[in-house]
Amino acid sequence: MSKQAESETFDPVDLFPDATEMDLRPGVDKCDKNGNCETVCPVAEVNEDFPGPKFQGPEQWRLTRKGDIEFDESVDKCLNCMRCDTACTNDVPLGQMHNVARANYVKNQKSHASREYLRNKMLANYGTLGKLGSMMPRISNTVFGLGATRWLNEKLLGFPSERSFPDFATQTFRGWWSDRGGDATSTERAREAREARGETGEDKKVAFFHGCYANYHQTEVAKSMVRLYESLGYEIAVPEQSCCGTPMFANGMLEDARGVAEGNVDTFGSLVEDGYDLIATCTSCSMALRKEYPELFDIDGIEDVASHMFDAVEYLRVNEDLEAELAGADVDFPAMTYHAPCHGEVMGVEGIVTELFADVDGVELEDTGDVCCGLAGTYGWKAEKYDDSMEIGAEMFEAFEEAPGEVALTECPMCSAQIEHGTGYEVKHPMELLETALVES
Amino acid sequence: MAIEDDVLVIGGGIAGLSSAIAAAETGARTRLVTHKQSTLGNASGLVDVLGYAPGDDAPRADPYDAIAQLPDEHPYGKVGADAVREGLALFDDAVGDRYRGGHSEANALVVTHAGSVKPTARYPRSIAPGLASDDRDMLLVGIDSVTGFDAPMAADHLSAVDVPFDVRGETVRFPVSFPQDADVTRYARALDRDESVDDGTVREVLADRVEAVLEDERRVGFPAVLGDSRHEVVRTELRDRLGVDVFEVPTGPPSLPGLRLEDALYDAAEDAGVRITSGNPIVDFDADGGRIEQVLMDRLGSEVAYEAQQYVLATGGPVGGGIESDRDVVEEPVFGLPVEHPEDRYEWFDDDVWGDHAYTEFGVDVDDDLRPVAAEEVQFENLRAAGNVIGGYDFATEKSGCGVSLATGYVAGSEAGALI
Ligand SMILES: Cc1cc2nc3c(=O)[nH]c(=O)nc-3n(C[C@H](O)[C@H](O)[C@H](O)COP(=O)(O)OP(=O)(O)OC[C@H]3O[C@@H](n4cnc5c(N)ncnc54)[C@H](O)[C@@H]3O)c2cc1C
Ligand code: SF4
Ligand code: SF4
Repeated sequence: MSKQAESETFDPVDLFPDATEMDLRPGVDKCDKNGNCETVCPVAEVNEDFPGPKFQGPEQWRLTRKGDIEFDESVDKCLNCMRCDTACTNDVPLGQMHNVARANYVKNQKSHASREYLRNKMLANYGTLGKLGSMMPRISNTVFGLGATRWLNEKLLGFPSERSFPDFATQTFRGWWSDRGGDATSTERAREAREARGETGEDKKVAFFHGCYANYHQTEVAKSMVRLYESLGYEIAVPEQSCCGTPMFANGMLEDARGVAEGNVDTFGSLVEDGYDLIATCTSCSMALRKEYPELFDIDGIEDVASHMFDAVEYLRVNEDLEAELAGADVDFPAMTYHAPCHGEVMGVEGIVTELFADVDGVELEDTGDVCCGLAGTYGWKAEKYDDSMEIGAEMFEAFEEAPGEVALTECPMCSAQIEHGTGYEVKHPMELLETALVES
Repeated sequence: MAIEDDVLVIGGGIAGLSSAIAAAETGARTRLVTHKQSTLGNASGLVDVLGYAPGDDAPRADPYDAIAQLPDEHPYGKVGADAVREGLALFDDAVGDRYRGGHSEANALVVTHAGSVKPTARYPRSIAPGLASDDRDMLLVGIDSVTGFDAPMAADHLSAVDVPFDVRGETVRFPVSFPQDADVTRYARALDRDESVDDGTVREVLADRVEAVLEDERRVGFPAVLGDSRHEVVRTELRDRLGVDVFEVPTGPPSLPGLRLEDALYDAAEDAGVRITSGNPIVDFDADGGRIEQVLMDRLGSEVAYEAQQYVLATGGPVGGGIESDRDVVEEPVFGLPVEHPEDRYEWFDDDVWGDHAYTEFGVDVDDDLRPVAAEEVQFENLRAAGNVIGGYDFATEKSGCGVSLATGYVAGSEAGALI
């Protein structure tokens, strides 16, 4: 049996209502305790008490199967970076195991009346918070920025006072999209671009999973994506959608995640049926739909959604001759330093950006190398985890200091928040760089 | 649309890395695609060429005279002794002064964690002061919570094989405590960071505890946990504090010397201009007649094509994932290359754990240009194999693992590159 066929024997599983039904046995049995996973775990690196991925996954699974042993509370300390999952030489599904263990722990053992639970619930449901905040962006920005609010947030809710909340864009991406004429305008523009490029043949169609961040905060990234994709002849659809669920996975709130997953699979599944491929500009969003949904939920059509989900840079690399497109480009961009997000590495998309721009005139791009930023979605937004978060990020901050670049480049909005916080750098997304190189020049 | 290069190397172990470096050095545009970390993280970090030839019961001093006598089916029989020298030259260039052993063609004798003495061709600088040919007296220091190295037992074993020096073992407590069963990387990082603990810093306290048990030995061996990113600093500081030479004894997986070697080789491949894509496996291919046109990478459900003129298969053996078996058949899974194996499954293994297992030699059959053959027919004119995916040798018994990977990697990579 090939490796791939073998991994398919981990059937997608329905976690609730009866969580104990999930059978991870075959994965557990593959662990020969060689410890490779632990060598890459960023939490194990800074936190001496964290028992590490091998314990969180196969070991804990064995122990809890034996009977009355409860899940260890340390599952709460895992970043869900999935580095261990990639490192494991024996295909043990560590990410899946950690997600399940965390959900069990949060559901059955963690006090639902605690301040921490309430705070985690808010973070997990960031989509709702974002929606409220973005209704009155200027007021929200002022209120969240006030010293008194930050103090209250720390004391009452356990958000670290050191961090400032990301600003809300004055107009959401969806607002911009609909003002611009929605999907119909996009179809028109793409058609014109195809004509100008002399392309005939089938329509090129992508559906955009913008997630929360590109909609409420980094709207410039989404807009760059739109202009770039359209200029290459792609019609874009932007359907109604929910948060991808990443903050829910990370906080062990799988029932919430299941809800959003069902809605997203339904929406994007029917677009796949209509011939659309799916893209996201945030690597955690694309990884959720591509890897975590099928690992955790048994939803009709999830396999199709997963296999059509791409990171926006990766999609162009695979479907267009980007090197030829870039060959003529002349870009005037300040020197940059690239940071590959963990979830990009998990999907095998790291390296694409640096490789693409290696020979482009006017672009100087250096890589920070294989380091975790430490913010990890909601992790660094918890007061009690702030120090670990910054200690994990220290190696990345140092790499930025040493690199000649003045501007940072990364696909992940949370990495970019941490880079800004730790280095003061301005952060760009590869979509913005590609737009500059291919559309503006 | 496929992603195009001149040479595509599949597999990121020592064989794939050396193939890719050799191909890139010919000027070919080279890409290495790999699924996971390589076997190097499990291996000792030693580069063995040939420690024991068939019939040897003592370690072999000169590997090259035995290479000439190996059967033709052995990978060394196909590529010849010169390829071994070229492969090692490539290695020496790639790792620079991190490794020792290049001054001589003879094997060095390294002390192992089990207290035996092992012949090897190249060894990390951190292991050098521990060679068994050196006659300075030796203290081995175990750490109580590091399970892979029982220093008093290793010392007894060494004494029993009559090493030319006195050796003693002691066990000390590490200055920081970790969760049970913690991996060696934790110890290494604690030493890298050298944080304050009671009575000083991690390095200071460790040195004090060793000093308390040191008698008049002139060198001290620790399990290979002496730092990761700053390991030379750690070792030098311990040496200065103790006033005697300090070395590492290679330990089981995960092995820091193996991981450090992997990092060094990846850096060298990047410096040589190799493009690296990792995280997803190659699962299939398209061919036209006897020529591979493209290979397909599985990216969690859908497939992406990679195209090149020449391909090198370096996916490793039964341990690395390059050779797979189910109840009935043993096969190379990407190209479906046959692997010769006994019909009866019970003959794949020997009942004796230390016996002569057939599966250790499982691998694809190749011609003298390292092109995979089935029933003596070359399967694809533009595919070569390198490393542990090739059959016909038992690296564990003959101590030839990395040597075969380097020699075949060099030949496969440079020949593929030369054809561009
Ligand atoms: C415990 C242990 C100790 C050892 N000790 C020593 C020692 O002391 N000295 C010594 O010289 N040798 C030692 N060896 C042997 C040596 O490590 C191996 O012979 C050598 O590393 C093999 O290298 P390789 O590149 O051929 O394969 P591997 O290192 O196995 O690399 C194969 C690579 O291919 C990748 N891969 C597999 N399938 C695919 C696919 N379909 N698509 C993409 N990528 C794929 C894998 O992810 C992996 O990265 C030891 C081995 C083990 C297991
Ligand atoms: S997911 Fe990341 S933080 Fe969690 S155990 Fe794995 S490597 Fe460690
Ligand atoms: S890397 Fe995989 S096999 Fe090794 S200890 Fe971790 S989970 Fe187990």
